[in-house]
Amino acid sequence: MYSFYGTWPWYISGFLIGAVMLTLIFFGKSFGMSSNLRTLCTMAGAGKNVDFFKFDWREQKWNLAVVFGAILGGFFAVHFLSDGSGVQLNPKTIEQLAAMHIEAPNGKLGPDTLFSWEALQNPKMLAILFFGGLLIGFGTRYAGGCTSGHAITGLSNLQKPSLIAVIGFFIGGLVMAHFILPLIF
Amino acid sequence: MKFFNLIKFVLVGFVFGIVLTKAEAVSWYRIYEMFHFQSFHMFGIIGVAVVTGVVGVQAIKRNNLKDIKGLPIVITDKERGFVRYVVGGILFGLGWALVGSCPGPIFILLGAGFYGIIIVLAGALLGTYLYGVFKDKLPH
Repeated sequence: MYSFYGTWPWYISGFLIGAVMLTLIFFGKSFGMSSNLRTLCTMAGAGKNVDFFKFDWREQKWNLAVVFGAILGGFFAVHFLSDGSGVQLNPKTIEQLAAMHIEAPNGKLGPDTLFSWEALQNPKMLAILFFGGLLIGFGTRYAGGCTSGHAITGLSNLQKPSLIAVIGFFIGGLVMAHFILPLIF
Repeated sequence: MKFFNLIKFVLVGFVFGIVLTKAEAVSWYRIYEMFHFQSFHMFGIIGVAVVTGVVGVQAIKRNNLKDIKGLPIVITDKERGFVRYVVGGILFGLGWALVGSCPGPIFILLGAGFYGIIIVLAGALLGTYLYGVFKDKLPH
């Protein structure tokens, strides 16, 4: 049922993500992707006006190296490890999406409605993408972490704050997916 | 020497990028499906990752394992708090379900060739900056 070039099974994927986190701990670091957004702000000079960004970004070079690798990994997986058979959704999901004028994946990871060049010429889609990014950037820094820092690293270390944050992630996600997405699409 | 030191982190990132792409955790569709409870896939991924993590972290703590440089491994606890985790968490969750990507996948999708993600990245950088500006005025 599973193939190497199709969707990887959840039990292998989940194990490998846990292994990535443990490898970074073994390297003396911690797994957290949203911190890189702060580092990028600092590199762009945000530390001149705002104390939160006053730190030596070179200490975070290792995490930027992880980001660089992740970008390469995304490229490699799409171009060399995919046969277009992935993203087999629940037929009910596809039906719901059609009602919102979002096309079925047909092996694509993201809908053209949102991510294609044509979508970028549509002010509404641009606004959605930008506003979504704004929520992600502000929310992760306010909560002190994202899926990697709280859901994976924090829960693995049995941290109560991370559990609260993850419950928050799901409250926000459920509200968006059930009540707001049908209104905007 | 410095260069080789960074290479191992690039490799970890490379594996991370491949796994998240092949697991389709970077897929807007999968995130939508997850929040509608129409597939076990994403819950399975997060669940197995956490179980693997708990076992690994407990093994490190109980055996006082050392890191690659031979130093004791210290995993710092998260700061206590409530408001920041709930409110920040909800705001992030809204964005996660809207554009279907969390911070890691934003970078991975850049490599995967989803151009629209550049706009998400720009928004995320501005959002991070705004948090820095208003940090001291926000309840934590």
